[in-house]
Amino acid sequence: MFEYCSNSDSLANLQWLACYLTTLKHQSLYWSILTVLLLLAVTAPLAIALGLSGALARRSPFAVVRSLGWGYTSMVRGIPDLIFFLFVPLAMDQLLEYVRHRVLCPQETGPVWIGHDFVVCSAAKLPLGPSPEWVHDTYGFILAVVAFAIVFGAFCANVIHGAMNAVPRTQLETARAYGLSPRQVMLRVHLPQTWIYALPGLSNVWMILIKATPLLFLMGVEDIVYWAKELGGTKSARFSDFPHGDWRIYYFTGLLVFYLLFTWVSQIGLKRLTDKVSRGQATMAGGKGGA
Amino acid sequence: MKTFVTAALVSVLATSAAFGAGHSVRLGTEGAYPPYNFINDAGEVDGFERDVGDRLCELAELDCTWVTNDWDSIIPNLVSGNYDVIIAGMSITDERDEVIDFTQEYMPADPSIYVALAGADGPGETISAQTNTIQAGYVAAAEGMTLVEFANPDETVAAVRSGEADSVLADKAYLDPLIEESGGELVMVGDYVFIGGGIGIGVRESDTELKDKLNAAISTMKSDGTLNAMLEKWFPGHVGY
Repeated sequence: MFEYCSNSDSLANLQWLACYLTTLKHQSLYWSILTVLLLLAVTAPLAIALGLSGALARRSPFAVVRSLGWGYTSMVRGIPDLIFFLFVPLAMDQLLEYVRHRVLCPQETGPVWIGHDFVVCSAAKLPLGPSPEWVHDTYGFILAVVAFAIVFGAFCANVIHGAMNAVPRTQLETARAYGLSPRQVMLRVHLPQTWIYALPGLSNVWMILIKATPLLFLMGVEDIVYWAKELGGTKSARFSDFPHGDWRIYYFTGLLVFYLLFTWVSQIGLKRLTDKVSRGQATMAGGKGGA
Repeated sequence: MKTFVTAALVSVLATSAAFGAGHSVRLGTEGAYPPYNFINDAGEVDGFERDVGDRLCELAELDCTWVTNDWDSIIPNLVSGNYDVIIAGMSITDERDEVIDFTQEYMPADPSIYVALAGADGPGETISAQTNTIQAGYVAAAEGMTLVEFANPDETVAAVRSGEADSVLADKAYLDPLIEESGGELVMVGDYVFIGGGIGIGVRESDTELKDKLNAAISTMKSDGTLNAMLEKWFPGHVGY
């Protein structure tokens, strides 16, 4: 990174630190922060979409759809996150590869599970073996996003379901009395007011989602926890230009500060959002400040 | 929604054999066990096994990429097809051989040693070792010793430094550089412990073609002296072939 880093023997303290913190390995740590932020940016809208679908499914006039919505939320909420995060990517990967194997390699009719091995033809692999590393990384990331979205979608579904029930019935009856169709009532009166009641619950889910991102490491995505652990471990002079002892405490303190700052900023943002949507509403929060 | 799902399905199925060509092989390693394998300052896999693996791929004309994986799940991820080869300082044992297959060894058996803080007069009672290693198995079965397991090798040594364990049992080749650099803080205690055979490359049991290719390449490396040169480079003084 810096010119003087090439001569790592004669570095003064500050220069040493500057060089150390800009090694390619440390840059992997910085990139992984973006991975975490990207995961949150993609997962949050997906989880809300899934949550909304789940909540609407639970109010559906059709018994089948209702039980689907009910089954989804209770199943996910009843199974430990960790098990879900280990199960979903693995099961999805094997399912997709199995389907591709059957479709793309019809000539191979043998079993896919041979003893301990899960073997599909090479054209069915996801991603394909020769694909560049970033494709493999992206695929792993997508599997993780799906797992996160399914789990947190179920929590969102419950929050939104409760919020929909909290909207005063008189509002909806008035809307009907004015001649709005059920669809219009839903889109123009019911849903807009749902968010006011859902926001505290959803902000909770958002906080938990932020704090759950270190689970990425368990799913094979090299996130900040992986790099902090790897960089913080003892490095000997034989294998590194920057030997040091066990520095995990410093790296984990860094992570602590990162997550604390992040949730703190989120809290401020969510507070503003709540104030904004509550303005003028017939709730306690809507009363203060006035509009 | 329906169109989205269809589109997603089509794109998943259509990632077809466009790449197809060449025997591409993914090499799985731990990346936390110097000098066998570790992540260097540039963030790449480095070490003895990097040299061996690259040379083997060259000899066997394979197009190889390196992947790192936690030690704990390194065998499950091999059998489910996330990579094709384990090259991670893994001793050939009967227990592992039941689940995966091994090539011939590419490194002779390395003795294990106990390392404790200076002043200790023996290995003590509480011994740290890495989960799912031959050393962990040995300590668990040994009488009068309590095993403390850790997920990665670095933590097993950190436990000795912090006093959580009396000593650590691990491969001599891994502990030697650490003793050397501790400036007298860490010392070897007790005798050599001989467990396990040599170190081999793990492949899926169904992958006999790859196993044969790697075996042939290892034989070449043994006979032309390149393997000995690599052993000498990374493990000075280690017995060769």
